[in-house]
Amino acid sequence: MNTTPNVWQEVMRGMKTWARLNSPWVLHFNTGSCNGCDIEILATLTPRYDLERLGVRLQASPRHADILLCTGAVTRQARDRLVRIYAQMHEPKCVVAIGSCALSGGVFQGCYNVLGGIEDVLPVDAYIPGCPPRPEAVIDGVVKLLDGLRARGRQGKADSQ
Amino acid sequence: MTDNTAQGFTVPIGPQHPALKEPGHFQFTVDGEIVTRAYVRLGYAHRGIEKAAEARSWTQNLYLLERVCGICSHIHALAYSLAVEQLAGVEAPPRAQAIRVLVAELERIHSHFLWMGVSAHEAGFDTLFMYSWRDRETVMDLLEGLTGNRVNYSANLLGGVKFDLQAAQADSIRRGLDFLEQRTRHYLDVVSNDAMFLQRTRGIGVMTRAQAEVMGAVGPTARASNVGRDLRVEAPYAAYRDFPVRMALDERGDLEARFEVRIRELFESFRLIRQILDDLPPGELGVRLPRRIPAGEAVVRLEAPRGEVYYFVKSNGGDRPERLKVRTPTICNLTSVVRLAVGHQLADVPMILAGIDPCFSCNDRLVQLYQEETGEGRSMSWKDLRQYGIDFYARRQA
Repeated sequence: MNTTPNVWQEVMRGMKTWARLNSPWVLHFNTGSCNGCDIEILATLTPRYDLERLGVRLQASPRHADILLCTGAVTRQARDRLVRIYAQMHEPKCVVAIGSCALSGGVFQGCYNVLGGIEDVLPVDAYIPGCPPRPEAVIDGVVKLLDGLRARGRQGKADSQ
Repeated sequence: MTDNTAQGFTVPIGPQHPALKEPGHFQFTVDGEIVTRAYVRLGYAHRGIEKAAEARSWTQNLYLLERVCGICSHIHALAYSLAVEQLAGVEAPPRAQAIRVLVAELERIHSHFLWMGVSAHEAGFDTLFMYSWRDRETVMDLLEGLTGNRVNYSANLLGGVKFDLQAAQADSIRRGLDFLEQRTRHYLDVVSNDAMFLQRTRGIGVMTRAQAEVMGAVGPTARASNVGRDLRVEAPYAAYRDFPVRMALDERGDLEARFEVRIRELFESFRLIRQILDDLPPGELGVRLPRRIPAGEAVVRLEAPRGEVYYFVKSNGGDRPERLKVRTPTICNLTSVVRLAVGHQLADVPMILAGIDPCFSCNDRLVQLYQEETGEGRSMSWKDLRQYGIDFYARRQA
């Protein structure tokens, strides 16, 4: 059996990676945030910072999105929905945790209705700290994530995942 | 199988939905396009802040409560500081009070610009969304220059404020306000004259004055229905005694009126900030609080950008509050959404919801429990709840 990938598969993989990196569509879900991070994400998408110039678009449906932006500590009531939304997204998919609460629970650590950070529920690919992170930090995080995806695409891991 | 024709068709929306950035679950029963029944389920952002406040010291709570809401964070910290100062029997000096009001009004400007953009987005008017958010960055820059942070400003201390206002900062605020005022005049023209936009707002979601009073609406939502409720006027706190504001009222009660009332409030905020900058009282920035907060109870009511915020703080003389209760404007106004949505087209519902400027992280002071099998709510008496708690911990220890 021939184990070396043929030329067409190589080309197709390169094209897929190129397409994914140039239009990473994002979905935003607030799992119990105070809105601080959410308005900064929205500010990142609006004219001053304009994340759309990197091809990033905010999507309404999990089925259209490549990247899940999570803000806030995970509350008991929002947990099931978060898992469901993640399951509805197509492979390959990434999760970005935005803000101190999404990283670790932040000031809400130990609250009776808070389960902790996003990583306690989902595998997280990128962490953007801050309370809330500035729009520049969000852009930086997204660019770093895209660099990581590019490296992953080169190694041919994007398809297998 | 349920008979959908008799009961109508139910459209579930949320908690993740394109309309708002916050989690809330809605169910609208529709007959064709017309909503016949509306239902809202809250609690997705409920974190248990009131309980957490009982486990943190007086100073730590200042930072916890600022994170009740990221949009009106200053108002929450201000309400808590005023309550603790009331308990301690001290009053912040006039200069600190004026700076508090200055930040509160800048926050109102940022919140109203944010709201204008989001509700224009609900109407499909993304041009206004983008323009208003672009202009909002001006006030964000002013807040950042003043306090060092864009969102959670941490301007308050127990007994005063953290920073003074420099002359250079005052000048940059004045310049920023000039730009914003000119833009706001343009937006007032857009929302009251743009024919396409008026089709989405004029005569939609009309709430009469009687309805507003019965449903307990607060803030700009109530003022758009000619209910003269504004705590800055009725019960002036902090520096509003020295710097009075005029209430913006409208009698039409529809979405157009809510847009106009909020935009007219912006002009009032511009005027007030300029006046504060001109007549900033000299003096100290804070007073020293007693080492121990004496036992007692304090109630503070403030006018947040969305309406009345109510804080109750109880102290037993210890190093942390014994009980803290927060009531925020969205929970008062949500009743009106559920009532007003009935009879409207489903397409108008996002606009009606956005019209009250909802903030779910503010209002989720509770969580609703459902039985998994039936999906129905359940109420427990205090005795049952106590027994449930005892059994729960007994099971966990076993």
